[in-house]
Amino acid sequence: MSFMEYAAAPESTSILNIRPHYGLFINNEWVEGRGESFTSISPSTEAELFTVSEADGRDVDRAVTAARAAYDKVWSRMSGAERGKYLFRIARILQERAREFAVAETVDNGKPIKETRDVDVPLAAAWFFYYAGWADKLDHAGLGANPRSLGVAAQIIPWNFPLLMLAWKVAPALAAGNTVVLKPAETTPLTALMFAEVCQQAGLPAGVVNILPGKGSITGRALVEHAGVNKIAFTGSTSVGREIARSVAGSDTKLTLELGGKGANIVFDDAALDQAVEGIIQGIFFNQGHVCCAGSRLLVQENVHDEVLERLTRRLATLRLGDPLDKNTDIGAINSREQLETIHRIANTGEAEGAERWTLDCAIPDKGFWYAPTIFTNVAASNTIARDEIFGPVLSVLTFRTPAEAVTKANNSPYGLSAGIWTEKASRMLTVADQLRAGVIWANTFNKFDPASPFGGYKESGYGREGGRHGLAAYLAKGEGR
Amino acid sequence: MTFIATERANRLGLSSLDSVVAFVKALPGVDAVGLEARAANLATRSIKNSSKMAALDTIIRLIDLTTLEGADTAGKVRSLVAKAATPDASHPDTPRVAAVCVYPDMVEHAVAALGSRQGDGVTGISVASVATAFPSGRSTLDIKIADTRYAVEKGANEIDMVIDRGAALSGDWETVYSEIRAIREACDRGDGTHAHLKVILETGELATYDAIKRASWLAILAGADFIKTSTGKVQPAATLPTTVLMLEVVRDWFLLTGEKIGVKPAGGIRQSKDAIRYLVAVVETVGEDWLHPHLFRFGASSLLNDVLLQRQKMLTGHYSGPDYVTVD
Repeated sequence: MSFMEYAAAPESTSILNIRPHYGLFINNEWVEGRGESFTSISPSTEAELFTVSEADGRDVDRAVTAARAAYDKVWSRMSGAERGKYLFRIARILQERAREFAVAETVDNGKPIKETRDVDVPLAAAWFFYYAGWADKLDHAGLGANPRSLGVAAQIIPWNFPLLMLAWKVAPALAAGNTVVLKPAETTPLTALMFAEVCQQAGLPAGVVNILPGKGSITGRALVEHAGVNKIAFTGSTSVGREIARSVAGSDTKLTLELGGKGANIVFDDAALDQAVEGIIQGIFFNQGHVCCAGSRLLVQENVHDEVLERLTRRLATLRLGDPLDKNTDIGAINSREQLETIHRIANTGEAEGAERWTLDCAIPDKGFWYAPTIFTNVAASNTIARDEIFGPVLSVLTFRTPAEAVTKANNSPYGLSAGIWTEKASRMLTVADQLRAGVIWANTFNKFDPASPFGGYKESGYGREGGRHGLAAYLAKGEGR
Repeated sequence: MTFIATERANRLGLSSLDSVVAFVKALPGVDAVGLEARAANLATRSIKNSSKMAALDTIIRLIDLTTLEGADTAGKVRSLVAKAATPDASHPDTPRVAAVCVYPDMVEHAVAALGSRQGDGVTGISVASVATAFPSGRSTLDIKIADTRYAVEKGANEIDMVIDRGAALSGDWETVYSEIRAIREACDRGDGTHAHLKVILETGELATYDAIKRASWLAILAGADFIKTSTGKVQPAATLPTTVLMLEVVRDWFLLTGEKIGVKPAGGIRQSKDAIRYLVAVVETVGEDWLHPHLFRFGASSLLNDVLLQRQKMLTGHYSGPDYVTVD
């Protein structure tokens, strides 16, 4: 047997205690939704995991009412230090239940256990720790003394980082003194529902966090259109973001949008190439490319194009695609059949429009949704695969000749969420970073996240910032000069 | 016959000492954060069951069982050789190690103790000798050459030399290169064969990954059969990121020339689980071909006993204890 064929090393699912059915979490109680129940499946096996009831407009109203009552009577009156205690408690419970959350996320989402264990769950806990510390220091959030919270926050999160995106939204909202109604993505409600249990465990006052599973078109729409909501935070597609912006236009509801991206990852000829290759992989194949800030457009300086591609494809041959619960799996399952079809559709235009496709030669499991890592070379800036967000493990490679051309090409996108720069020359790194129109710029690394660092986009990638002091300010308003 | 260093320089189109040094100085840098992240990522591979058993046996086959103490005696060396040949008498199917590694004056005792069991690491147990004023290397070239010749004459199959770190740190790569070249010549036995040369970079003293990368290329260009991390006398000794970097250099050399150079991490690798991480780094950086005694070695003294304990555990299902492996 080849040593490279590592024996199976699956993480045990015995720690999981998934209920056969979940309701809605309103006012610290589980209640049945009035919408149609739906089934959540595991994208890697297509096995049915549990059923969830869906919140309709009346349920949304009930949750917003509960959140309003909790806001008025308890949460907004509580001192920051007291709110902080709850957040610290939540953070610690997430750490204590880390393995359970990692397994749950992997089963429900399809991403490898290696990532949920080392990235999603630890970062989610870190987000709560970070904002717990802010709760009694709001005077320093940049809005002057005694800033006030906004009220009830409606939060809609995507399926790519279900627990982490929940943490990004819930932690700052609570720290600032708001209460929350959160809708997890339809295909990945599990960790949000488990988070409801964490809220109970932490003794969080009733109504401070409410969780409503359901479809975007029903639950999501009812939530953003509800008159009792003071703030909307949405992460997801640009098209839905546009709809939301339209629906709140003219009202005084505050809005932050975290939308799509087509991140440029720029490799200069003086980069440390082996590390750049790692960064390219981390940029586009992390989480199967289901990352809004993915480095999906690789811009390589022409004189090192062949060498970079050679190193990249050689390195990709060591990636392991398969059972997401196996600790050695690098590439997990695509989150849903629908997303898989989207990836196929856009990737197929790549070939049709003249780009050259390279696909990793690897075995694809019989069941579940899978897409082998794919690279397109000879991509023209005008090709669909260089313009549209694919949200999958598909990399488009373009070339440039001068730093100025790299900047022009990188900025030539309706999006502006992320970018990467690879060079050993610090002056070039800073000059280029200055000229890129992207909310997040990584230098000699990619897809690194930290709660202290603000995150957000330019242009069609949305507006508002999450993370850091800026992310806190998104849930606050200037105090009325007391 | 062209000398190996000249041959290798010619493959890259480098015709003079100056051009070799210029080439090495112009090598692209290494991003430390990225390299260490890559090594940390490799270390998360989970090697279980049949893979773990295969890994343990492979580690034993790749060990240079080492004693490099001022207190070494002929008796100590004999006992080391016995352990090398039969690591675990209670499990006779246990493979033997690749080599024993000793000081030059101990070579004759190792050769005598091995007798017909001596070989090249595959055909039999190889005798490796440190040389060139090991571990500091602070002596004249003449003495280093004499040190090397002595060990080769006494029957050493392999020479583990140290580079002049002082010269490397002061930017005098010419001296580093010329010394390696001279020692490689001293390894020649005069019958067309040579004692295989491992070049110890002492990465803990070179300190930066950029310098380690330069020294690795320079050693290969000067004729090294193996590049080796450390003497074991300086901290840090072998680290996973450093070894990954050296494996990357060896891989690039192979892709450029088709020639396979060996890598030997040495010092500080004491536990099976650490050694397994190195195997993972080898297969995922240069490929499985390199898990061969001619291309990869562990320089270690206490690692073997930990591997034996783990091996016993895999076979019997329970941990025994330190008294179930021998103290040699």
